[in-house]
Amino acid sequence: MPKLLEAIGLHAAYGASKVLHGIDFLVEEGGVTCLLGANGAGKTTTLRAISGMVRTSGEIHFAGVRIDGRATEDIARVGIAHVPDGRGTFMELTVEENLRLGAYTRPDRAFREDLAQVFDYFPRLQQRMYQQAGTLSGGEQQMLAIGRALLLRPRLLLLDEPSFGLAPLIVEEVFTILHRINLEQRMSILVVEQNANLALAISERAYLLETGRMVMAGSAAELATNEAIRRSYLGF
Amino acid sequence: MIGLLHQILSGLVTGGIYASVALALVMIYQSTHHVNFAQGEMATFSTYIALALIDAGLPYWGAFVATVVISFIMGAVIQIVLMRPMANAPVLSSVGVFIGLLLVFNSLTGWIFSYTIKSFPSPFESSRPLLGGFLSPHELGATVVTLAVLVAVYLFFRHTKLGLAMRAAAFNPVSSRLVGIRVGHMLALGWGLAATLGAVAGMMIAPVVFLDPNMMSGILLYAFAGALLGGIDNPAGAVIGGFAVGVIENLGGAYVVGTELKLSLALFTIVAVLVFRPNGLFGRVLVTRV
Repeated sequence: MPKLLEAIGLHAAYGASKVLHGIDFLVEEGGVTCLLGANGAGKTTTLRAISGMVRTSGEIHFAGVRIDGRATEDIARVGIAHVPDGRGTFMELTVEENLRLGAYTRPDRAFREDLAQVFDYFPRLQQRMYQQAGTLSGGEQQMLAIGRALLLRPRLLLLDEPSFGLAPLIVEEVFTILHRINLEQRMSILVVEQNANLALAISERAYLLETGRMVMAGSAAELATNEAIRRSYLGF
Repeated sequence: MIGLLHQILSGLVTGGIYASVALALVMIYQSTHHVNFAQGEMATFSTYIALALIDAGLPYWGAFVATVVISFIMGAVIQIVLMRPMANAPVLSSVGVFIGLLLVFNSLTGWIFSYTIKSFPSPFESSRPLLGGFLSPHELGATVVTLAVLVAVYLFFRHTKLGLAMRAAAFNPVSSRLVGIRVGHMLALGWGLAATLGAVAGMMIAPVVFLDPNMMSGILLYAFAGALLGGIDNPAGAVIGGFAVGVIENLGGAYVVGTELKLSLALFTIVAVLVFRPNGLFGRVLVTRV
């Protein structure tokens, strides 16, 4: 598969504290790539670096164009949708307005067409359409965040811990839908997860991050059978 | 009874002015989480610009439109030049900038246009009293203009994509950038719109209170009281609060404290709201599930 996103020697820092120390990785077009690692390894920072939300050095190429150093809103506009940690819900606005904002860069007609598709994945959002988004449950907010991201009609979907704080049944539901989105739309996905089991199950490629350095890379199957990973991250 | 009705009606007329300025305060508050103390002086400055344009020979409504446009640009430029570098600054820095703006605009107005009190024309001139003598033509006309502006602003924020994006940018700039909204542009637009609201309020009240560099300082206090009463984070509440303060001021002035102590009613309202109902009457108690 051709590569869609590639990071080369990527460094990132918050003020004086460096978080990423020159990592390399790539995301293949149409595939699911997962980024595993413990708390504080730099997973969220990696996604923020792609979206231009932290100061970086090194190179990030997306669809053959260098995007590092660009403003966050410009990176969204080239087709990278980011579901941030904490889900980024517009709490004060309604579910409908949240979804409308997802399609902000696109014409109204496109919004109406794609909305049906989002409802197909997340029927619950349709029932909650005119409710204040802050009143949704955690799972519903996660679905809303993914729906909002899909309405951007991105080429790459970045997901930051979609399982965080959700009940196990809801987590399974969310991952099933992510798998469907990948298969049905050939949507390229880069997902960051602590729940390595689930992430590896839907991924083709996987990376392991430790304190800001990439320590392992390979196919998801390879990482899933790796002794060290099994003991540290899969728990059996 | 007739007297009471008269007081309530003219309270609603000045209330419309307070409501406009209160809405301007709330718009800035939502994006900066600070009250723009200079909102009143900016409006006074705009009103002087309108007077200068009228004196230069422009017809009233021509000068009105030109002033609205100039004020919009002025507000946007202030956001870009002064507020943008303050984005991550501590609270006191922003407060300092607002107070500085207040002083700059006040002195600038006096320096350019002189401190002498001037009269300002009304487009609704005619000595014929309307509604059985309850309202002057200017009061009625000013109320219609103010209400039209408030309704237009409401429709803009509720029903347009740009209005939605501006609200989103004020509430949640990080998520807004992630969906491709240019947050900086939205904040500048918000400042422009707030300055425009102030300018219209200034032009509508100036024929009544006469124009001098401190014209809006009292009005800003009433507007602030109105915004707090309705809820400083709720635009609709602030508008209702503005009208309510207008009525309270007039009734209190006529029947309770006398006209000399009217301004103290605004301060009393501010203190009472902060003590008994800090979120205001319609303040959003944000419902969040975790």
